[in-house]
Amino acid sequence: MSIYIRAAASVSAQNTLGKTGFLTEPVTYNETRLPAIEPDYKKYIDPKLIRRMSHVIKMGVAAAQECLNNGGVEMPGAIVTGTAFGCLEDTYTFLGRIIEMEEEMLPPTAFIQSTHNTVGAQVALMLKCHAYNNTFVHKGVSFENALLDGMLLLKEGDADNVLVGGIDEMTDASFTVLTRLGLYKRQPITNLELYKSASAGTIGGEGASFVLLTDKTSSENMAQLKALKTVFKPAEPISEIIAAFLAKEGLSAADIDVVITGENGDTRNDTVYDFLPALFGNSTIANYKHLCGEYPTSSAFGLWFAANVVAEGNVPAVAIQKSPATNKKPEKVLFYNHYQNVYHSLILLSAC
Amino acid sequence: MVAISNSMGSSVYIAGVGVISAIGNNVAENLAAFEKERAGIGEITHMNTRHKGELPVAEVKLDNEELASLAGMSAETSRTKLLSVVAAREALRDSGVENIPGLRTGFVSANTVGGMDKSEDFFVEFLKDNSKGKLRRIFDHECGSVTEVVAGQLGIKDHISTISTACSSSANAVFYGARLIKNDILDVVVAGGADALTKFTLNGFNTLMILDKNFCKPFDDNRQGLNLGEGAGYVVLVSDKVAAQLNKPMYCTLSGYNNSNDAYHQTASSPEGTGSFMAMQGALNKAGLRASDIDYVNLHGTGTPNNDSAEGTAVKRLFGDSYPAMSSTKSFTGHTLGASGGIEAVYAVLAIKHGLIYPNLRFETPMQDLDIVPQIHLSKDKKIQNVLSNSFGFGGNCTSLIFSAC
Repeated sequence: MSIYIRAAASVSAQNTLGKTGFLTEPVTYNETRLPAIEPDYKKYIDPKLIRRMSHVIKMGVAAAQECLNNGGVEMPGAIVTGTAFGCLEDTYTFLGRIIEMEEEMLPPTAFIQSTHNTVGAQVALMLKCHAYNNTFVHKGVSFENALLDGMLLLKEGDADNVLVGGIDEMTDASFTVLTRLGLYKRQPITNLELYKSASAGTIGGEGASFVLLTDKTSSENMAQLKALKTVFKPAEPISEIIAAFLAKEGLSAADIDVVITGENGDTRNDTVYDFLPALFGNSTIANYKHLCGEYPTSSAFGLWFAANVVAEGNVPAVAIQKSPATNKKPEKVLFYNHYQNVYHSLILLSAC
Repeated sequence: MVAISNSMGSSVYIAGVGVISAIGNNVAENLAAFEKERAGIGEITHMNTRHKGELPVAEVKLDNEELASLAGMSAETSRTKLLSVVAAREALRDSGVENIPGLRTGFVSANTVGGMDKSEDFFVEFLKDNSKGKLRRIFDHECGSVTEVVAGQLGIKDHISTISTACSSSANAVFYGARLIKNDILDVVVAGGADALTKFTLNGFNTLMILDKNFCKPFDDNRQGLNLGEGAGYVVLVSDKVAAQLNKPMYCTLSGYNNSNDAYHQTASSPEGTGSFMAMQGALNKAGLRASDIDYVNLHGTGTPNNDSAEGTAVKRLFGDSYPAMSSTKSFTGHTLGASGGIEAVYAVLAIKHGLIYPNLRFETPMQDLDIVPQIHLSKDKKIQNVLSNSFGFGGNCTSLIFSAC
């Protein structure tokens, strides 16, 4: 059985939602935090509901709806989301009120919308979708786990048109806490120059990206989703894991046209990817985290990016780290990401 | 490690169970409490909250120091982790899978608020000055962090994931774990969930005005709301191949499951219980069973007017007047949120093994229009073939599981 990415959509720090060029006009930031560009939510959500929705819910619902629109599908067969942090803004609001108001006279709205399944639930509610609905919340593989669930649903024949998304928001509080934890650079940096600065720390980001998976062939499909693998604290060298992953699909490194990495500009993080140029000598190597920032479900943006590379047949100039002398149209794309060198994931796409 | 392959296994067996709740720190103590019909609900003792003495809760009867000593971990860590380790370790040891080398083992755990008990302490300082607050208290704010640490304690690393779908979270973890085995991704999955009582959830449910100031009365016409509880419950799911290797009888199989969405309201259930009905019917279809094959229903049965009326309506629609024995064990354990599906999965498994139908404590008056009388007293030595377990949550997430005797 083959699994295809029928459509993809993303709300991110770039102009990715709607009919814009594929990262042809990258947006520049000079800070250590990349906020998502808020689309015109009225195009996607009933204005009466927008007011009550938090940032993460709006981003998620808009990206999900745009993904369905792009795929020409009104009702998905399942909705699976991944989010590491969940609804931070509402959680913080409710927690703050508990402390400040000493547990009295608290309004319920923030609590109601604080559960991690809120985005998936709101998408279901908006569409009146009674189908399978699940939410994975496991750190740097929250989205990959959701994607695996989606692939299994298709394989089991229990659903078609599976909507899979990765959503995380950055709030002032989380940015402060994560900065204190040492995740981000200490000085502002221009995001498009991220890989030129050899220093510790990355830039934080947020966003919501969805793909629509199907097992039906169509000329409209963006890419074939060939394989997915996640590895927790790998015991073997990752180069061997990648070789085995490709071999299982009857491929070797030489067959891969584009490798997308999860480099995030943090020297401690990026050395993990150092072996790639040698192993993939004939491939274009591309990065994406300077465009959307680092966050645990940024791999959802990465998959949106990878699917577009295959569908559009080109790698946007802003994303290219290294490209070979002979430039052929990308057909086989490997996406390798790791989150804090604990959770590693491999996704293989090919042209349909 | 995870990779998709092509062979689909047939049955998924339950090889081990573990539970900690307000009615006991292990399986034996939980069974003893059912025998004595002794609820675990009482006054708040461990949490520092304004609602102490006013709202009853179902606490695990160990403070953090005692629990940490039982778990073999630091008492400074989140209570959710401690609960999770205790129950998951009991389940793993009970299963005997640790004696078989070379198995691909996963940990699929659920919770709703991660290490919120510690985040609450952190934010007291942080709110005053955002350069303050001990960072180690915020390490486990993410739900996945709790799972990761517990997986480390159990020595599991082939697959680790966390599911959070509010009050149906750990039923979905059991469901997902079984599918990872059926798809030949893993041989063994420790699946379930954990949640500790926190001020966040207590105040959250309190603002919704669905907490009973007295002991909850699920499915009773005079029910006033739920009591929050805490705990953890895990089952060890194994493939038929592993079941054959284990030198002991299996508890039962997980024969059916379904996840449907009510798509009605963020927190309230539709009056007709659309999602609940679809979940139960879907699980029956998956198991290839008819409604009349079910011997016992472990209800979601929170005790809120809305849930019990919606669930009761769906149950009546599915089973008609000749409904099977049913009860809400939340009348013993309170509503343990992200742990409830796991804890109740353990109870369903034990119902099959020991021929038990648990009582629905404090039931007096059937709900008007529905006329459902749940099990009043513990019934023993009954042959129980199939148990249906319901878990429904915020966001319309409805999941039903069916456990069947081997």
